[in-house]
Amino acid sequence: MAKVLVVTSGKGGVGKTTSTAALGAALAQSGEKVVVVDFDVGLRNLDLVMGAERRVVFDLINVVQGVAKLSQALIRDKRLENLWLLPASQTRDKDALTDEGVGSIIAELRTKFDWILCDSPAGIERGATLAMRYADEAVIITNPEVSSVRDSDRIIGMLDSKTVKAEKGEHVKKHVLITRYDTARAARGEMLTIEDILEILATPLLGIIPESQDVLRASNVGSPVTLSNAASAPARAYTDAARRLMGETITMLVPVERKGLMNRLLGRRAA
Amino acid sequence: MGARAEPVRQQMRLRGRSYVAFVFCPFVPIVGWLEEIDATLARSPGFFVGKPVVLDLSAVDLSQSAIAHLVTSLESRNIRVLGIEGVDAAHVTMSMPPLLTGGRHCVIQQNKPEKPAAKPKPTSLLLESPVRSGQSIIFAEGDVTVLGSVSSGAEIVAGGSIHIYGTLRGRAMAGVNGNPAARIYCQKIEAELLAIDGYYQTAEQIDASVRNGPAQAWLEGDVMKITPLN
Repeated sequence: MAKVLVVTSGKGGVGKTTSTAALGAALAQSGEKVVVVDFDVGLRNLDLVMGAERRVVFDLINVVQGVAKLSQALIRDKRLENLWLLPASQTRDKDALTDEGVGSIIAELRTKFDWILCDSPAGIERGATLAMRYADEAVIITNPEVSSVRDSDRIIGMLDSKTVKAEKGEHVKKHVLITRYDTARAARGEMLTIEDILEILATPLLGIIPESQDVLRASNVGSPVTLSNAASAPARAYTDAARRLMGETITMLVPVERKGLMNRLLGRRAA
Repeated sequence: MGARAEPVRQQMRLRGRSYVAFVFCPFVPIVGWLEEIDATLARSPGFFVGKPVVLDLSAVDLSQSAIAHLVTSLESRNIRVLGIEGVDAAHVTMSMPPLLTGGRHCVIQQNKPEKPAAKPKPTSLLLESPVRSGQSIIFAEGDVTVLGSVSSGAEIVAGGSIHIYGTLRGRAMAGVNGNPAARIYCQKIEAELLAIDGYYQTAEQIDASVRNGPAQAWLEGDVMKITPLN
């Protein structure tokens, strides 16, 4: 049974696109057939993070408008043969998306793939609501700070009211993925704690991804972080999260800072 | 010689009262008319029980004995005749129901069948999941109970009291239809705004000593009091 999973947050810049790529790659690595769909029409980034920006011919809007077939728009990843990308348009904007168009694309994707990950744009308007409309499950990306948590809460409320599943009275399964978890600030007590976040959002935790330079390096080379540096802390956390999505139970590891001796002696904290 | 106490005389007071009576208008032959009465009684046996019946004999010309016979026939059918109209006074004897005049036509109103009691409207609203940011719950008819927290950016508007089994981080407005007795209860108070019957307090004005524990907010006059609930 195909699963449509929306990666959303409300707030911008928290790590939706990064997480969509990382989770998609991790799922594909375990043998699932995965497509990642970019819903951020006009400000597309998923193609950059996936390293496919020079191979985009047709995009989501072309398929919605019937200009191109789905098979013409799908781009296969060069590194993993069961990972595909459906990019967004850069020249149009979210008003070009229609409910029926998105619905028929999702229905067609369900016949071809095991996992359909929808990378939602930030905000609560048409782009975000259409990205979540046909979702079976949702991953809500949250940074451990107050404005992100409040926006995530708003999005959780919308998942329970604006999705097709909610309108039918069914339940969209939700997970919280905490990203950009700064271990040093957590140690000093300068960040919202995991317990606070979960108490406010009242949604099960999928994983905790530490803040890391590896993420920026990965997107600069156009690769999901789980592929570019599978041993890094964020990659391992994303892999665990993907396994939890597939139903495995893995103990949650709260990232801790490991500083080498030289770092401790000579390291300066970034401003 | 003592004065004899006069028994207290009670004034006899005459009052008037009007009743609505069924009017029977017999036709000839009387036997045929009585058969009709029997048919009606067969369909609804107790129909005339307790109802005053007046005999209008203006359509028939009955002798005195015939009238007496008619009254007796009706009584044998459990129909008591209240009065007789439409005949000469001479035909009516003392042993018969009195002669009536001056009757006015009126419409017999059927007892309206009892409307099935309307389902009582709910006077309290129960929410079993947390209220998320941006959601607005409006229930003017009574109390609102939430089994969960109310997030920052959410609001609850109730005509009655508000009961929150969780943390209140949003806005709560109770007693909106002019009910100053309404109260707001929560397990942890971090509210943005509290209002009862129009009198409000913002988060800044809530005393720090009340926070981080169960609390209730209520109106004393036009001052809102927020006190710990223990």
